[in-house]
Amino acid sequence: MPKTEVRSTDYANAPINENLSKEERVKLLREMMRIRRFEQIALKFYNAGKMGGFLHLYIGQESVAVGTVSLMGDNDHVITAYRDHGHALAVGMGMNECMAELYGKATGCSKGKGGSMHYFAPDKNYWGGHGIVAGQTPLGLGLAYGIKYKGLKGAALCFLGDGAVNQGVVYESLNMASLFDLPVIYVIENNKYSMGTSLERSSVIDKCLAQRAEAFKVDWALANGEDVYEVRAVTQQALERAYEKSRPTVLEFQTYRYYGHSVADAKHKGGYRKEEEIERYKKQHDPIVIFKNRLLAEKAITEEQFEAIEAEVKAEADESARFAEESPYPTVESIYDDVYFEVDRQTEAGRTGRFFFNN
Amino acid sequence: MALIEYRDALNQAFAEEIERDPNVVLIGEEVAQYDGAYKVTRGLWKKYGDKRVMDTPISEAAFIGMGVGASMLGLRPVIELMFWSFATVAYDQIINNAGQIRYMSGGLINCPIVIRGPANGGTNVGATHSHTPENWLGAIPGLKVVSAATPYDAKGLMKAAIRDNDPVMFMENTLLYGNRGEVPEEEYIIPLGVADLKREGSDVSLIAHGRAVLTALKAAEILASEHNIQADVLDLRSIRPLDEEAILKTVRKTHRAVLVDENKPFCGVSAQISATIMEQAFDDLDAPVARVCSLDAPAIYSPAVEPLQLPTPERVIEKVLKLA
Repeated sequence: MPKTEVRSTDYANAPINENLSKEERVKLLREMMRIRRFEQIALKFYNAGKMGGFLHLYIGQESVAVGTVSLMGDNDHVITAYRDHGHALAVGMGMNECMAELYGKATGCSKGKGGSMHYFAPDKNYWGGHGIVAGQTPLGLGLAYGIKYKGLKGAALCFLGDGAVNQGVVYESLNMASLFDLPVIYVIENNKYSMGTSLERSSVIDKCLAQRAEAFKVDWALANGEDVYEVRAVTQQALERAYEKSRPTVLEFQTYRYYGHSVADAKHKGGYRKEEEIERYKKQHDPIVIFKNRLLAEKAITEEQFEAIEAEVKAEADESARFAEESPYPTVESIYDDVYFEVDRQTEAGRTGRFFFNN
Repeated sequence: MALIEYRDALNQAFAEEIERDPNVVLIGEEVAQYDGAYKVTRGLWKKYGDKRVMDTPISEAAFIGMGVGASMLGLRPVIELMFWSFATVAYDQIINNAGQIRYMSGGLINCPIVIRGPANGGTNVGATHSHTPENWLGAIPGLKVVSAATPYDAKGLMKAAIRDNDPVMFMENTLLYGNRGEVPEEEYIIPLGVADLKREGSDVSLIAHGRAVLTALKAAEILASEHNIQADVLDLRSIRPLDEEAILKTVRKTHRAVLVDENKPFCGVSAQISATIMEQAFDDLDAPVARVCSLDAPAIYSPAVEPLQLPTPERVIEKVLKLA
């Protein structure tokens, strides 16, 4: 059966990692810290009533987005589900536009029309931000199909959670990815809970979720998502498979979210999971702490430099909240913008017939 | 002008657009090697090959989602549903992804896809295969919905749909595929949002889309020959965008409107047209707006009865005579 399992004790020595400069290593840490601080500030102001709707925090999982996205080239594309802030910042979206979107402001990345679950940045090959569980998986397939159709050497990284793997469209997509040799990489971020339902209560598992790929003759790998080096090493193999063979891969990264499914998830502490479990992950498996210690040991960073980065990303996050606070809301008139391309551009097609039906 | 079948008019539109634009690709079940379940894509795979005409597994959600994803990178997928009724298993992809992605991205993305296939009752295939979802889809801002009654319209509208930069839901009809009609040799395009007055009269307006247009035309002939009533027959052609001006113009001329609609009456397209007339032409009406829709129940199988569930010329005539 096709299968890939990288098993080495130290992924720092993997080809994709061993030649990283000090600066590049520190950047990986810094990106993880940016995501965490951004979300901590978002949580603070969500709790202060500045935002509506849901806020699905990525805190605890930062190494997965940062590790995978750090490998992206010009023809690689990313798409994910609703826990999308981490991937957005990792591809290079600014904190300001991301925070303003949470505030529902016109300066938000989607002009206040998408909210937390719907971040997009096509200029950075980032295609959302999708609210319906697994709804993004055939879109990821389509990105890969588009890459191949255009004759480009690239891959589509399509992220999904451990809960999403029980949606039928995932398997339709895997079948087609394999059937048509499409360069898509499905990245399962297994944080062990689909909302309040544990993995054991939602999924039949032999070795792991990624193993289900075998049914479609798709290569797969299971890896520890808390180690950004490991994430990169395993992802790189999948990327090479996509580039060289135009073949799909399913990766599963074991990871953990410290907060609830969303901030509104009141039962995540002491309800469906024990507080000790959360504390154990924070103490023993935190991707930022692990990588920081790694870089200290490698002498790539000092404690003082780490503190300085902390201060910088906090200032950046604080500034984004100020920016969001001071930004204007979209106007009621703008509700009708961005529905139809042709209407927005006032092309002939956009000026022919009636599109909106309010009086 | 050549007299060709509705299916071949569509076929010509695909061939011309495939040749015009390298990003146009036909995707769907049996569209390539089988030549299309209804032979609409006949010969195209042989001529243009795997890259431009692509068979898929029976996975509507995945291949429609794939088309949406590919369209974000600039492709123009034209995706066949063997029946529009099968859209039910791909609703998330159509509604949430094709329909909402532009809005949710604040206008950063557009999705130039066409989803097409037959959407009609009347072929004794039971309720699961007989839906007419133009009202379901027309209710979604972000989607466009088109319905062609004749070969000429089918070709011209399809070419416009493929060139459109928004997602267009194109409603065809298995009962119309074999109908012949005049289609010019030279290229033409019918813009979305422009209705067509298919018959001129002065006494009553019959307003319809899709096959119901032909039902209305038959009724109009009988009304003229047997009752001396002259009907305007307006073919909407496009549901969203909607040519409201044409609707109001005919109503203001005849002062009476009978809406003929293969949708079920509850929230059918005709319900919206009725509201439009009431809101904007109330004072022009000499009688309440009347409707002839499919009978309001799931589509019956019985071959003897199903034709009577759809609007018939007789039911249209009966309504018109009540208004006169």
